[in-house]
Amino acid sequence: MYTYNEFDNAFVRERVAQFRQQVERRIDGSLTEDEFKPLRLMNGLYLQLHAYMLRVAIPYGTLDSAKMRQLAYLAERWDKGYGHFTTRQNIQYNWPKLADVPDMLDALADVGMHAIQTSGNTIRNVTADHFAGAAADEIADPRPVAELLRQWSTDHPEFQFLPRKFKIAITGSPNDRAVTKAHDIGLRMVRNDAGEPGFEVIVGGGLGRTPMVGQIIRDFLPREDLLPYVEAIVSVYNLLGRRDNKYKARIKITVAENGLDTYRDLVEARFAELRPAFSGVDQELLAGIEAEFAPPAFRDASTDGYEAHRAANPAFRAWTDTNLTEHRAPGYAIVSVSLKAHGATPGDASAEQMRVLADLAERFGHDELRISHEQNVILPHVHKSDLPQVYATLRAHGLATANIGLISDIIACPGMDYCALATARSIPIAQEIATHFDALKLEHDIGPLKIKISGCINACGHHHVGHIGILGLDRAGVENYQITLGGDGTETATIGERAGPGFSADQIIPAVERLVMAYLDLRDSADETFLQTYRRLGLTPFKAALYPDQEKRHAA
Amino acid sequence: MTRRPFTPKVVTANALLEGDAVWLTEDDRWTRDIADAELIEDEAVAEDRLLFAISQPDVVVGAYLADAKPTDTGPAPIHFREAFRTRGPSNYAHGKQAGE
Repeated sequence: MYTYNEFDNAFVRERVAQFRQQVERRIDGSLTEDEFKPLRLMNGLYLQLHAYMLRVAIPYGTLDSAKMRQLAYLAERWDKGYGHFTTRQNIQYNWPKLADVPDMLDALADVGMHAIQTSGNTIRNVTADHFAGAAADEIADPRPVAELLRQWSTDHPEFQFLPRKFKIAITGSPNDRAVTKAHDIGLRMVRNDAGEPGFEVIVGGGLGRTPMVGQIIRDFLPREDLLPYVEAIVSVYNLLGRRDNKYKARIKITVAENGLDTYRDLVEARFAELRPAFSGVDQELLAGIEAEFAPPAFRDASTDGYEAHRAANPAFRAWTDTNLTEHRAPGYAIVSVSLKAHGATPGDASAEQMRVLADLAERFGHDELRISHEQNVILPHVHKSDLPQVYATLRAHGLATANIGLISDIIACPGMDYCALATARSIPIAQEIATHFDALKLEHDIGPLKIKISGCINACGHHHVGHIGILGLDRAGVENYQITLGGDGTETATIGERAGPGFSADQIIPAVERLVMAYLDLRDSADETFLQTYRRLGLTPFKAALYPDQEKRHAA
Repeated sequence: MTRRPFTPKVVTANALLEGDAVWLTEDDRWTRDIADAELIEDEAVAEDRLLFAISQPDVVVGAYLADAKPTDTGPAPIHFREAFRTRGPSNYAHGKQAGE
């Protein structure tokens, strides 16, 4: 993975030193909150309901054991012994004290990490397929390009005060695990008819109060044109994007209001201006970065022991059935470690768990770890012969839940348990759904089902692209939960349909149960997933299950 | 346009250094227990007390007026958001509910 060079180090250290002085000036009263707020947000520091929150960037979700151990150290030294992994592959600390934050940032800089541009109207952490560099279906590892974009966007002088925040996601696989169509810019690696690698460029996707699926602005962009083209997109947005209304300021609205064709013409014109300025230095940089992402030396070993262990141990077998993904190298597997133990807070890991994961990555995983946007941790390169040991260690630390992709593998934003923007809580709803279906012992029978919960309309919990989406709102001073159905965050991205009136906190679990029971009745076989059944039958039968009283009234 | 009748309020904010919720008392202190807060029944007084809070940027951040009701033990929150601020998150015993 990429290691900071002298320039990166000096830049990050300088920013920490600046912020240390800014915090001192805030505490001694020489800076007002109005003056300080933009400065702290530039460094990822929010003020929430109960405390400050520090959001640390995990570029394209990639970590090694040293970084993960340092995240554990921060959690113990300056927080309450845990961290929260987010849907943008970042980590959030919920309890830092203002005066400690510069020390936290210095400790991050020690391992080549920072919190820059994790907030504010800038280009945020570039997210990527969490199986990058390992997936069997991949054209190429997208992370070198993601790192190039990180270097280009960090402190980019033109893009520090955009109309609104700006999020880029990239995948190297045809199977989109990075939700690229719900980003301001989505990049999908493709090959043209001549077999040359390039990108399909998607623009104007986003969730929030006006959810939109991104549109293709260029179906094939040569690799060497990437930076000038992306710069052209952001540059046009910077001038054209609305600054008069926060709710209409994202690029999805700019594209929708001006039309994709107009937007494309403007981008192409700007691209023509910018392209000559990119002399090829970016491609030299990229070549250097690519060398740092060279695949590990995979070993050739027997998997007989793994198969025997699988046959003898049903719990291990169940875990391998749900938590492994096919690896490109023979004998290897991608391990998804669930941070969704039934009843636990989705995405939370204790310092001890982080250290266990770091140890496993070091011993069995070529020292690589990933954070997924679904708030789990990935060991991307594990030889199958090591899986029994990996599983035993995970199990000893509450990390062996066999539920990846199932009903309890829920995305949930922090909601009103932490977030100042939230209109309702998300975490308790996720906890209750997970424990409820675990008690019913139905989880594996239900099969693949993505539930995503947001505690406000900003949709950090991706509810619009959940097969079942839940949105927490404040209805006349009471928490109320609205259901959307049929959403999909993959290459077949779809915004879910609103099912009808919302449910109170004590009615939302029974409502989800009625939906799931209806699906089990309606599916044509155990192989038809919830989403497939929904697509075949539409909203009507599910609506009937959700609102049985209304149906009775109609029938009467 | 008719104005809504004034309902009782407390002045609340987040502490600058710790970031946690605090409430303004009658004797101009900041308390971490809403029950010790000043319950303000008069709109003009509320505006005045809010200005007083805003004038302490080196102590608190983001001061505002929140609805509250009188109880035997002192003011209590009305909206669930304000109730959460008196306790802490529901997933861990952290924050005020843990005596922090």
